[in-house]
Amino acid sequence: MKAFTLDHAPNADTALAAMGQGATAIAGGTNLVDLMKLQVATPERLVSIRRTGLDTIGYDGDGLRIGALVTNADCAADMRVRQDWPLLSQAILAGASPQLRNRATTGGNLCQRTRCGYFTDTTQACNKREPGTGCAAREGFNRIHAVLGTSEACIATYPGDMAVALLALDAVVLTQGPFGLRQIPLAMFHREPGEDPSRDNVLQPGELITAVKLPAPTGGRQVYRKVRDRASYAFALVSVAVDLTMEQGRIARCALAFGSLGTVPWRDPAVEAVLVGEVPSPALFAQAAEILLRDARGFGANDFKIPLAARALAATLAQATKG
Amino acid sequence: MATNLATAQLTAPDSTANVNGTQHALPTDPRRTLLDWLRDDLGLTGTKKGCDHGQCGACTVLVDGRRINACLSLAALHGGDTIETIEGIGTPDVLAPLQRAFVTHDGFQCGYCTPGQICSAKALMEELAQGWPSAVSADVAAHPTPTPDELRERMSGNLCRCGAYANIIAALEDVIAAEDVA
Repeated sequence: MKAFTLDHAPNADTALAAMGQGATAIAGGTNLVDLMKLQVATPERLVSIRRTGLDTIGYDGDGLRIGALVTNADCAADMRVRQDWPLLSQAILAGASPQLRNRATTGGNLCQRTRCGYFTDTTQACNKREPGTGCAAREGFNRIHAVLGTSEACIATYPGDMAVALLALDAVVLTQGPFGLRQIPLAMFHREPGEDPSRDNVLQPGELITAVKLPAPTGGRQVYRKVRDRASYAFALVSVAVDLTMEQGRIARCALAFGSLGTVPWRDPAVEAVLVGEVPSPALFAQAAEILLRDARGFGANDFKIPLAARALAATLAQATKG
Repeated sequence: MATNLATAQLTAPDSTANVNGTQHALPTDPRRTLLDWLRDDLGLTGTKKGCDHGQCGACTVLVDGRRINACLSLAALHGGDTIETIEGIGTPDVLAPLQRAFVTHDGFQCGYCTPGQICSAKALMEELAQGWPSAVSADVAAHPTPTPDELRERMSGNLCRCGAYANIIAALEDVIAAEDVA
């Protein structure tokens, strides 16, 4: 690890002041410390936000406000989340290990970096780690890489599970920064790489996530399905989050989000539009998959993700619409 | 944001942590991980370094009763925390029930992952008692039942290269039955 200084902020304002002077915020550190060991991240100054008090969950009208420092474990175990937003519990529990979930936080999880092997190997070309060096993944080992939202510069996925559920649940990210407070819909939080893959999300320098807000529960049937190489403790190859309501045998409303398929947590209104009002059937699910994957492009080793996503979508919809 | 809130207002937190009942000064070098501090500075070498990247669970310790990967945590962030390592769980003369069960069921071959497995299992018992769900719970809102599937999922953060998994699960089932967990 490169040398750095470490300060401890007693509240968000103090943390923001330090961040305004160039400090990087650290909470659980499960991703950042790892990247610092690899010298993928080399901050000169860290400010701990662990004691800033942003670690509570509370009702916000009919919705829920989850503090940025609430651990993944605490969020998944919260009875309000389990009863009214079970998709979020399911997605969090599908990710990482109990040890990591005890340390990883809500805000940090949203900011986790890609697991692209070329990003974490400092001897390789990577536009995300070092802009302008190229992308070794395009013609390299790209089995885990994205098939949607890619660019010439980058084909890395956002790897997490929690954000996929939050996207389907219409969550909003609350931030505080040099320009005041912002409420960023999760759908607008992560950035597709375009020509500048170095920025994973729309946070400005010195801006801190303070909480995530969930709107009122929909009462829909919620399913998180994660397909991966082993039964537990592995990143998704493809994941599907659905929150769906049936009325008189038809799909009355439906929110769908996909993980590890695109460069960002993926949601496509056209997919939902084709499902709403219809009677569920394998043909309908295939039609939805066709729309979802109309612009999908594989890079060789990840070509399999395209048919896999279609099958994962069909299986998830079958489960969420049955009986 | 005013920039006059400078370093002076950044508090120095409690610079000590309690490890297995004894208060210790935290390291001054912020690069020190909790794992390296425990092993190299405090000589508590029961906690093992496997992958050093949060993938194997050999470094699992309990912080305020919660299991974490000590390799991914900066020691300086543990001011005021209470840390328990395998040395605090039992001794060769007075084995903890989990340690006894691992011996009875032969829950290891080389033993390198065992301290992490036992720390992890101890926290698992508490999580079950608190009613935490897991990825294999059919209903996340329900109180979990400690089936073998549940135990395997809940121990998935601890890898065993020797493949003693079946015996590890048998050891856990013994302790759960004896202590009426969950």
